[in-house]
Amino acid sequence: MTRPSTVPDAGRGDAVAGPPESGSATASRRASRSRPGRRRALAVFLTPALTLFLLLVVAPIAVASYASLYKWNGFGLPQNHVGLDNYTRAFADQVFRGDLWRGFVLIVLSLAVQLPAALGLAMLLNQPLKGRSLYRLVFFAPYVLSEVTTAVLFTLVFSPNRGLGDVISRWLGAEAGAVFADPDTVLYAVFLVVSWKYFGLYLILFLAARQGIPKELHEAAVTDGADAWKAFRHVTLPLLGPTIRIAVFLSVIGTIQLFDMVWVLTGGGPIHASETMAVTMFQYGFRRFEVGYASAISIVMFVLSLAFALVYQRFVLRRDTEGALTVQGDQR
Amino acid sequence: MTSPAHPARRARSLVLHLICIAVGALIVVPVWFGVIGGFKDNGQLSTNPLGLPDPWVPGNYTDIVTSGVFWRNLGNSLLIAVSTTVIVVGAGAMAAFVFARFAFRGRELLVTLFAVGLMFPFAVAILPLFVLLRGMGLLDNPLGVILPQAAFGLPITIIILRQFFRTIPGEVEEAATLDGCGPFGFFWRVLLPMARPALATVSVLAIVASWNNFMLPLVVFTDQGWWTLPLGVQAFQGQYSDDTARVLAYVVLSMVPALGFYAVAERQLIGGLAGSVKG
Repeated sequence: MTRPSTVPDAGRGDAVAGPPESGSATASRRASRSRPGRRRALAVFLTPALTLFLLLVVAPIAVASYASLYKWNGFGLPQNHVGLDNYTRAFADQVFRGDLWRGFVLIVLSLAVQLPAALGLAMLLNQPLKGRSLYRLVFFAPYVLSEVTTAVLFTLVFSPNRGLGDVISRWLGAEAGAVFADPDTVLYAVFLVVSWKYFGLYLILFLAARQGIPKELHEAAVTDGADAWKAFRHVTLPLLGPTIRIAVFLSVIGTIQLFDMVWVLTGGGPIHASETMAVTMFQYGFRRFEVGYASAISIVMFVLSLAFALVYQRFVLRRDTEGALTVQGDQR
Repeated sequence: MTSPAHPARRARSLVLHLICIAVGALIVVPVWFGVIGGFKDNGQLSTNPLGLPDPWVPGNYTDIVTSGVFWRNLGNSLLIAVSTTVIVVGAGAMAAFVFARFAFRGRELLVTLFAVGLMFPFAVAILPLFVLLRGMGLLDNPLGVILPQAAFGLPITIIILRQFFRTIPGEVEEAATLDGCGPFGFFWRVLLPMARPALATVSVLAIVASWNNFMLPLVVFTDQGWWTLPLGVQAFQGQYSDDTARVLAYVVLSMVPALGFYAVAERQLIGGLAGSVKG
């Protein structure tokens, strides 16, 4: 996972045969190496985290990939080996194919609507403005609410006859109250609620990155005759690049795994029109007890996330000299 | 900022405010609808969804606050969030210490393993996790939620803490060693106290993640006595689906702790998110 490092860094590398290093890392290394109980300390410090992680994160995923080759109801040991049947079944299934398509639509919507809107507002909020911190506080607040709470709130907001949906319907002269009941609109309605909750997160990330750019750069561009748009396009935007690329990454990975919101808002309906991979997996795994098939779906989710992460890491994030989420802050 | 001498700047700032207020309204209005909706009866909700209640009906809120279920949910959420946080920060800090300040064969491999773990969602592991927890007898047991949550929280905790631990100069450790501190003493008496801000950040992230978790408690707890707030909210909605006003009151009350916590820990939360992304 770790990208080939372009920055000289003192703290990493296989120290056993590493080149001579300078600075604090070497000092600390010498200090810790000279202790006799070093090996014991290593074991003691690593054991809790490693045990938890291997047992409860790595092992389940290994088990899922094993179970996905079986027809299994989740009780006893899986015995009915069916090879890749669960996978071929999934990719032949209309609902699962629909999941992939709907995931794709949600990702495109997030990247084309949600992120640019957050970026735009972050740029506006970067200017001196009275009450800016209050705005920021409000915009970010939905992020701390759980997806379930948000989903229930919006179910009620759009509940027929008693919600705000009716008010909006009256204003627009259209049936806004029924957006979650109509297969043609439900996915967009879900997207709006997801955006309501996560918009603030991206706003905050962009704002933090924008405030990290030295004022002088922007001023220099303006002095050189660039108008506001040009200064943004050629100075600010490239410097925001690393954060934007991470935001894209978070957004895609998050969308692939979307569950809580959909489960509570629509349960995936009507007629699967808002179902996601995770919802399909849950239906089969915990409602119909087709654990083998459901495991195959989770493995597809995992492989998609991992493949996307690897490709993205390799071809997009690599360009950043800044650190990235999956790069261990080696630049320090 | 908006002196009369700059009418253009003033107009611009006005436009900015209008945009911000419009966006803010999109966020505030649904919540506001919930807050005042909880003070209405259902008849008022259908005739007057947006306006102030007339008369105010406090019954929805008082019924919930005086019944045990809400507090039970709240207590469970709290217990699980705090336990998760203690475990994930404890185990994470120890591992991060080793990753930051020890050199050993296989270190980068382990670090990479944890980093890849950032992309392991609950959804992928939930089925075998369920089977595993059932095998260990941890269904309807808070540990069945606490331990997996802690495990899934380790990657982000380790990454943030490792970065912080690396910034502490080696001289500090040398001095501690000269004073007779072993690795345990250095970790406990020197490193952790110095790392308080970073520990606060990862704790806040862990608390929020635990507080909002839904899928895991959904499959682990069939016993209502263990339900957390998100499960409680969803169940309440199912139970009183005809009584919109009552459900609104429950939703609003369940938001209060999260928003209150946000008000207190805003800086750690935002700093942590921005920091973890920037690396």
